[in-house]
Amino acid sequence: MSQLAITARRAGWRFLSSAPALFGVLVFTFLLMRVLPGDPAVFFASGPTAGKEEIELIRKQMGLDRPVPEQLVRYLGDIGSGNLGRSLMTGQPVLSDLKSRLPASLELTFSALLIALVTAVPLGVAAALRQGSGIDHLVRFICALGVCVPTFVSGLLLIYVFYYVLGYAPDPTGRLDIFASPPPAATGFLLIDFALAGDWEGWRAAARQLVLPALTMALFVIAPLARITRAAMLASLGSDFIRTARSLGLPPGKIIVTYALRNAILPVLTIAGIVFSTMLGANVLVEKVFSWPGVASYALDALLASDYAPVQGFVLLMASIFVIVNLTVDVLYGIADPRVSVE
Amino acid sequence: MNALAAIAPAGRASADGPPLLAIEDLHVAFSTRGGTVEAVRGVSLSLRAGETLGIVGESGSGKSVTAFAVTRLLDASGRITQGSIRFRGEDIARASAKHLRSLHGAAISMIFQNPRAALNPIRSVGRQIADAIRAHEPVTPGEARARALGLLKAVLIREPEKRLDAYPHELSGGMCQRVMIAMAIACEPALLIADEPTTGLDVTTQKTVMDLLAEITAARGMALILITHDLGLAARYCDRVCVMERGRVVEEARPATLFGAPRHPYTRRLVAASPTATSTIADLAVSETANPAPEEAKEPSPLVGEGWEGGMPPAERGRSTVTGMQGSQAHGGLTPLSLPRGGREEPDSPATALRPAPNQSPGAPLLLECQKLIKRYDRDIVAVAGVSLSLRAGESLGLVGESGSGKSTLSRLICRLIDQSEGDILFDGRSIGAIPARDFHSSEFRKDIQIVFQDPTDSLNPRFSAFDCIAHPLRRLLGMRDGAALSGRVRECGARAGLPADLLERFPHQLSGGQKARVGIARAIACRPRLLVLDEPTAALDVSVQAVILQLLDRLRREDGLGFLFVSHDLNVVRMMCERTIVLQNGAIVEEGESGRVFHHPRSDYARTLVAAVPHFEAGPAA
Repeated sequence: MSQLAITARRAGWRFLSSAPALFGVLVFTFLLMRVLPGDPAVFFASGPTAGKEEIELIRKQMGLDRPVPEQLVRYLGDIGSGNLGRSLMTGQPVLSDLKSRLPASLELTFSALLIALVTAVPLGVAAALRQGSGIDHLVRFICALGVCVPTFVSGLLLIYVFYYVLGYAPDPTGRLDIFASPPPAATGFLLIDFALAGDWEGWRAAARQLVLPALTMALFVIAPLARITRAAMLASLGSDFIRTARSLGLPPGKIIVTYALRNAILPVLTIAGIVFSTMLGANVLVEKVFSWPGVASYALDALLASDYAPVQGFVLLMASIFVIVNLTVDVLYGIADPRVSVE
Repeated sequence: MNALAAIAPAGRASADGPPLLAIEDLHVAFSTRGGTVEAVRGVSLSLRAGETLGIVGESGSGKSVTAFAVTRLLDASGRITQGSIRFRGEDIARASAKHLRSLHGAAISMIFQNPRAALNPIRSVGRQIADAIRAHEPVTPGEARARALGLLKAVLIREPEKRLDAYPHELSGGMCQRVMIAMAIACEPALLIADEPTTGLDVTTQKTVMDLLAEITAARGMALILITHDLGLAARYCDRVCVMERGRVVEEARPATLFGAPRHPYTRRLVAASPTATSTIADLAVSETANPAPEEAKEPSPLVGEGWEGGMPPAERGRSTVTGMQGSQAHGGLTPLSLPRGGREEPDSPATALRPAPNQSPGAPLLLECQKLIKRYDRDIVAVAGVSLSLRAGESLGLVGESGSGKSTLSRLICRLIDQSEGDILFDGRSIGAIPARDFHSSEFRKDIQIVFQDPTDSLNPRFSAFDCIAHPLRRLLGMRDGAALSGRVRECGARAGLPADLLERFPHQLSGGQKARVGIARAIACRPRLLVLDEPTAALDVSVQAVILQLLDRLRREDGLGFLFVSHDLNVVRMMCERTIVLQNGAIVEEGESGRVFHHPRSDYARTLVAAVPHFEAGPAA
């Protein structure tokens, strides 16, 4: 009804108002790629022996001989028609490359975020309820540890312990054991696809592959989530309506969950959105360590190869995801806090 | 305690049987960084079933702490160190958390100040009331909802079915307080404790909420403890009132006795400082005796002030003895700070010697004139709907009305903080309405129109010392550079506002509320403005401090021939401070006239309602 309409209008408005930002990102990346050192034509010429003519020919094929503004206009036109160009590295259209790799990254990031939230929120709540106690200090210690150990170190450590020493975890070689058969592709998310196919054996195999990389990423983001939960809970617990709830004799569980935590969850939501976007782009190290076929490692390889199109496509993808995540957080905010939808 | 002897069995309370609540020798201490602070020091009270007891006192007197001790809702740093609280015969001062939970809401409920903050902002009021019911009674969600609806009807909320699913931000402050009352009475407790339940509400809303509270407690036989700083409110609604000062009950009696013939010096001071229907500025007596800790001498305590903070600075105290007994209606041994109405000033005031008293004859030139001012906000909300008013030099004009009446918008328009939609503002015969608000800071008139803000804390930059706060307008508007001239001017302004020079180096958090108010006033007069817009300048202050500040403002006005636009919801204060008063309703003037006439013989219905809603107590000898 009207509440829904307001939310929809807000969402639509936010979406439209992010269009200029997206455009700016496009232009900026385009220019950045032109400024970076390295000539793709040289890189993709047949070899060190390639003559000037061959390089010129490749330049021409790639449209690099045209003035930069014209290249930009053509690039924008291509994007408008859904053509993100072709990766010279893989020989595939960038769009299909991204399409095949994005689910891997998303699955990893979602799992990591889930693990992080499930761990961080209770930790934060416990720290807030027992402020200054041993639990509080323990949580602070865990948070500090999570932040100061880089993901590739913690990833390697986890591999060392759980794969090499204990042997619990499978080979850190991608999303699925090379001998296992992938599920029929439906969503690209292995866990969902296996579940849809009813193949629980495969589901378990995929989950085992996922656990270590997801844990590595989660460790890194538990800290901000737990700290913000603690701070928000403290503010919430100290507010007047908690005193009211206590004065009415409400059970402690209800006061903590329904009254305090529900109010404290709003800032956590904001941070979770930011953390998600950051993780998706910044998990390249984790993807590399675990040979995870995600978009971030794809973009890194392309960047090292001076392969313009995949990098530009990747940046555009990240910007779009950022917009969508912000939008989602916004909508969730409106649902979680009735005051937001008024304005 | 000798005051207990004065208690007569109150109206509807049953005189026999054991008391519902008996507090004996209660001590409450807070542990702070500076050591232990005793907030309540030996309070003994008793309350019978169905009785209404008022606890009055100023901030830091320990009245709220007493209430929170009774409900055991003290902060973690506060604890009951001594004494007993017997509720229905059992000592709850040492009851377990579980037992307390069964009492909270079911036997003892509390109603808080600031109802909007006291409600969970993201839970519908119906569900919050249902939570209160289900905490003590095993009812289904459906039944709880039905009972919540019944309670909303009982607290006279219009369209209760709709309001059941409303969130607190969708309700007015008065409605939120009704919801709070509904939650508090949901399980029919025997004792209700209302802690400043109507502070911050409009005077008419205050009346309806208090009437409702009185009716409900009478109909259901609930005992009520009303904690308030407003003597009029206590007098109107309580069977018995006790006065607290610095953690002790200093006097306890029936309201007529207490306010008619106060016996304790503190009560006398409190009564004298409270504006009444007939008091004048001069009547707001401020005693310089029995003031062991002058305001300036001590650091404000974060938890409990040392009670009476309204002492006057030495300079003013000296002056008040000089001006002595002029026009005095001294209440037993008090020395009123008398300010002659006719503009005669203290001979010892150097400022007066330089400035002639303002000429307030009708022939004085118009200082300010508003012509059909209209302020619209988007979506056609009209905040100010065609207001025309005029103010002569040296005149004081009061602006009263409920929240939403447009008085704040109007004052902001006149200060040129916002732009009007239509109409014009003339200052000194020249149009200032044509200057856009965002450019007004560079106008020559900016220094002529200055503002004293409502919240003395929020309106001072916490990183500025008092000196810098006062020097700010001098630097910005007059272009004064650091040096002897600037510091001399700042010190002069501070002294005129009653701030000793040694306080000027302090930062706002090191000053008491009254001192911060003085800084705000010193800042406003620093540029020697001709019009001072005062937006509820004393709303956040205790009555004794308010009395001093009002006297200070009145003196400054007479000395400098300032024009005042005095915005306030406190009708008595406006009547005392202003020669003329304008009553605003829905952005339009409904009544305008000489203050005394407006308040004693209001012509419009709205003004009549406003005036009737002000709770009064009878000062002077009891009839």
